[in-house]
Order: sequence, then structure tokens, then C-alpha cells
Amino acid sequence: MTSRDLILSKIRAGLGAKANDAERQAIVQNRIAAKARHLIPARVTNRTPGELLALFRGFLERESATVLELDSKQEIPSAIANYLRSNNLGARIRVGGDPTLTQLPWGSEPHLEMLLGRAQPSDEVGLTQAAAAVAETGTLVMASGPDNPVTLNYLPETHIVVVEQRNLVPAYEDAWDVIRQRFGPQSMPRTVNLISGPSRTGDIGGRLVMGAHGPRRMCVIVVRDPATS
Amino acid sequence: MQPTTQSFKQNARVALSDAQLQRALAGLPTGLVANRAAARARLPEFEDLRDIGRDIKDHTLAHLDLYLEEYERNATAAGAKVHWAATAAEARDIILRICREVNAKIVTKGKSMISEEIGLNDELQSAGMEVVETDLGEYLVQIRGETPSHIIAPAIHLTQDQVEADFRRLHTKLPKDRVLTDPAQLVGEARQVLREKFVAADVGITGANFLIAETGSSVIVTNEGNGDLTQSLARVHIALASIEKIVPTREDVSSILRLLARSATGQEFSTYTTFSTGPRRPEDPDGPEAYHVVILDNGRSEMLGTAFREVLRCIRCGACMNHCPVYGAIGGHAYGWVYPGPIGSVLTPSLIGVRDAADLPNASTFCGRCEEVCPMKIPLTKLMRHHREAEFELGGPSARYRLGLKAWAWLAKRPRLYHTTMRLVAAVLGGLGRRRGAFRSLPFAGGWTRHRDFPAPQGRTFQQLWAEHKAGAPR
Repeated sequence: MTSRDLILSKIRAGLGAKANDAERQAIVQNRIAAKARHLIPARVTNRTPGELLALFRGFLERESATVLELDSKQEIPSAIANYLRSNNLGARIRVGGDPTLTQLPWGSEPHLEMLLGRAQPSDEVGLTQAAAAVAETGTLVMASGPDNPVTLNYLPETHIVVVEQRNLVPAYEDAWDVIRQRFGPQSMPRTVNLISGPSRTGDIGGRLVMGAHGPRRMCVIVVRDPATS
Repeated sequence: MQPTTQSFKQNARVALSDAQLQRALAGLPTGLVANRAAARARLPEFEDLRDIGRDIKDHTLAHLDLYLEEYERNATAAGAKVHWAATAAEARDIILRICREVNAKIVTKGKSMISEEIGLNDELQSAGMEVVETDLGEYLVQIRGETPSHIIAPAIHLTQDQVEADFRRLHTKLPKDRVLTDPAQLVGEARQVLREKFVAADVGITGANFLIAETGSSVIVTNEGNGDLTQSLARVHIALASIEKIVPTREDVSSILRLLARSATGQEFSTYTTFSTGPRRPEDPDGPEAYHVVILDNGRSEMLGTAFREVLRCIRCGACMNHCPVYGAIGGHAYGWVYPGPIGSVLTPSLIGVRDAADLPNASTFCGRCEEVCPMKIPLTKLMRHHREAEFELGGPSARYRLGLKAWAWLAKRPRLYHTTMRLVAAVLGGLGRRRGAFRSLPFAGGWTRHRDFPAPQGRTFQQLWAEHKAGAPR
């Protein structure tokens, strides 16, 4: 008997269940197919897009992230240049293959240097786009892939994330629906990172310190949706 | 990990007189405990979510075989290699084999209590590999040759001064005159040292907070991002999970995640929650080339048919130990094995045997704070009581203790005799102790009076006072 069969048979013995019990199998298959939601917190139910944005922003700022709101994607390069300058950071940015990021009017900021591809240990600033954002706790939903390689979220000391307001949803469950729409009903990108602020630790004397292993600082750029504001 | 549970009483005595430890533990009430209370207050639905979380886990455990099979199907379809380990030794063998196959020299690790349970680091180090814990707290205990003293704050027993001394002792390549007085400087140094390891690692091993049957994903929750660097930069990612980590859907895990960080650290949400599904895809520029999941049983399946099935709902938030007066007094190491605090007092005897861990279920005042805060509503005191019964059946307690219990039971089963005796005792002790209000020593109560005075009764029993109260007599 393999360990797999041994473990499964011990589980069935403990539960008093038989193998190949059609009734139990139906219960499990139905539950997975139903993808039923449980409780959604009242803090995000029946809210206007403006209220959701305020909530999202509030949570991120509480966790020491910077949040910038822009009216158009075209403003992103200059907003990033200003952010880097005001934080006294270098003008070199690593970005993946996401065309909505690479095709921005970077020409307006000629001193900004763009590096393409996955992050390298020497990169200081990473720029990615979130697939969705969740208002209930100020959480970004990052889907890995060639457009937004996962290492960009963790290696650089500064992480800049662009998210469109139309992708800002109330709850985690809504974000899963966005992922399902994009990747298929039961499929996932290789990694989905839910990120709620810069890296931190409380492991030394219980004192909170930012930048444990991941980014020390985070800047979230929300591109407002004219249809909702 | 070799248990020292048998010397619990001695461990506890040492812990109580350890001034450093006592200083480190003093921060619990204003730290994790206060933070959890604030987080709970900010989410009015918190108590409803506890019921939901309990129900999700109960449903999953009742169909555990089927959800594991569904998980395996979906994980394999996404390119994961799923391994099953019935015992700790088997899990070690599987992981060692994977590491050897890729000729691993450096292995980085995200935080995993199960890897402590199976003694993984020793195994890999004996095979000549360099094993580096990357969670800062785990790194601190690793460089001291210690084990975690808390399941989410492994170095909670250490003070900042100790960390500075360890870094100066170990990081000898750095300038001797560097300033390390601020926690931020210490974190910065650890970041620099560990960053090199992340980049050089061949294999990255993480635990898993959850496995999702619907998608075949494993989930890790961290605040540092160390787990993500561990699993994204190494060539091979191995996730180690025990059988009870499974949940049916992403909706189910979302509900439980609303409880986890709030119960653990009092955060709204942990900084990083990462869902991993399969290895690097053909189009991916980064991520591990191979992704293995090791599913560990190690005694858990045997708990399913018993009252201890409820322990398998545990999501390892640590709230029970944060709120436990015994843990708060002695810290985690005294418990003598991987899982300290109330959850350890229930889980450890189940996993390593009641005989070896008999003192743990007795290390409780039964105040019940642990179950009041448990997000999964595990009846911890009830289960400790089950262990105490099992210990008694095994003949665990001493002959004197058993005789005392027998005598008490004999008396307690005879209400009239009991009340007469108690009235007599209350009257006599009340009379003798009236002047001082307490006794410095009492026959048969040396265990108590060695450490503190025994308060003198008022002279009448509760039953007497109650009868008078009901009769309307002035008290």
C-alpha cells in the first residue's frame, strides 16, 4: 500500500466513510462548483466607488503606504518621477512586459531609465500593475506572469503599483471573480499575491520595523475611473 | 525535534526565574493581546465569522479524503508534484531526495512549524546542505541553536540586546564598530545577510497555511515577504503541509483569512498572502522550475475518529498562547516540544503520546480564555480534560495523588457528609485564621503555602450563606 492510500484509508476509517461513496462525492463536487460566498463585511457592502476608494486608501495609508490618485494613465510617468524625487530615490525603474505600463508617455520624463524584465537583486524600484484591488482591507491583488513578474513585488526596495479604479472591488470574493474572468473558472496564474503594504517585522523586541525582506516603501497609484467619479 | 515534555515542571521552574525571558514576555498584554482586541472591535462581524470558520473546517474534515483527492487532481493538473508522507521520517526522506536530485547546496526556508515537527533542518544539514531560516524570528532562533518559542513570533523570548550580541558574534565580516542600537539597524543587517542567501538558494522550502482543493493552490501568509523570496528565487519550491490544511474553495479561504491576521497580530490583513499554483509557466520570466507539495499525516488521521478531530480546525494563529496565563508566565520553550500554549497542551499529547506529555494538559488553570479567543472555536479545555482522563487511566499520576482524588470522590459523592465536613472545616479554619486573615502554612497544603499564604475562610460555607440569603436573613 502506498502512503497515499494508507493516509486516505486511515482518514476514511476515522470518519467511518467508504471509498467511492457517490453521495459524499456529490456533496464535495457541488460545494466546489457552487463557490458559495459566506459573510461579506458591512464595511464594504452597498458602498459607492468613491467610498470604496476612500476605505482602500485609508487602510493602505495606515500601513505606511503612499497612495496617489490620478485622473488619467498619461499622468503616471510624471507622478512617478515626482514620487522618486521627493523620496530622494534613484531614477531607474524595473518594469515587466505589461504594455499598459511600458507604453505610457515616458518621453515626458527623459531622466527616468526603464529596465525591462524580471527583477534583479540590484534593482531599487519596481513598477507593476495590480489585477484588482480589495477595499475591505486595502489589499492589492497581483497576478504573476510575463507582464508582471512576481520578483518585482519583492526584490526592489521601493514598490510602485498601478491599479485602475474600475478594478477596485469591495471584498476578496469579488477579486476572485475578477481572477476567474481573466484566467478561467478554476484556474490561477502561477502566483497570486495579496499585498497590503510594505514588508515589515515585529520579531526584534516586538517593535515594528518596515522593510524586513520585501519593499521598505510602497506607492500605490490609483487611476480614477471617469465613469464612477 | 526531541521532546523535553517530560521535564515540564523543571522547564517551568527555570523559565520563571529567567529574568530575560520574563522581560520579553511582559510585552504580550500590551502587544498582541491588545492588538487583537482592537482588530476584533473594528470588525463587528468577527464573532459570526468564527462560526463560519468553524463550520467550513468541520465540513472539510468530514470530507477530508475527498478534498485531498480533489486538491491532488487540480494541483497535479497545474504541474505540481504531490507527495504523501504518512510519518515524519517519510517526509524527511522525500524532501532530502528532492534536494539531492537537484544537487542542492543552499536551502532557504520560510516559516514552517511542520518542518520543526519532522526535524527537517537536522536531516538536511547532516546531508551537507546549508539550511537558512529566512523568517527573521526563525533566523534569530536558528543562529542561537534554539527552537521557536511561539508559533507566529518564534523569537518572542529574546530581547533586542540579545539579538545585537548574536549578530556581533556571527556576522563577523561586517565592521566591528557598526552601530546596532536601533531595531531598524538590526533588521537592516539581517536583510543584507539573508538577501545573499535568497539569491544563492537552490531549493526554497515553505510551509502552507492552506491548500485549496478547487484550484490545487498552496497558500502562505507572512508579513516580511521572506516566504515569497524563498519560493520565487530558488530553482525548486517545496511546500510542506499537513492534511488538515485543506479548504474547499477560494471563497472558503477568504472567510478564514478574515479571522487569521486579526486573531494572530491584530492586523486587518497580513502584509502578504500568496497563492501558488504549479511551477513557473513556459511564458514566466521568474519563479521556481519545479514545485513540490509534501502532504504530511504524522498521526493526524488517527485523531479524526476521536474527540480530538476538533483540534484539526486549528489555523495556527497563536491567539490561545497570547491569552494564556500559563504561557505568559513560562513562555514557549518550557512546553518542551514544537507547539506551546493551550494548542500545544492539546496537540502534543495527541501527536507524541499522553504518557510523554502528561504534564501539558495539566498546565492549565482552565480559565478558558484560550477558547474564548480561538477563531476556530476549538474547545481546548474540554480536550485537555480528555487528556487528563487518559493520563489517569494509564496510571500516570502518583499513588498519593490518586489516593487524594479517590478520597475526594468518596466525600463528594455523599452530599450530607460533604456539607457537614465543609461546614466544620470552614468554621475551624475561619476561627483559627480570623486574626491574620490567612495561613502561612497548613497541613496537606504545603504545595500552596510554600509560595503564598492561604486565605482564611470567613467561617461559613457558600451553601450556608446561600441558604441564609434565600431565607432573607441579613448577611
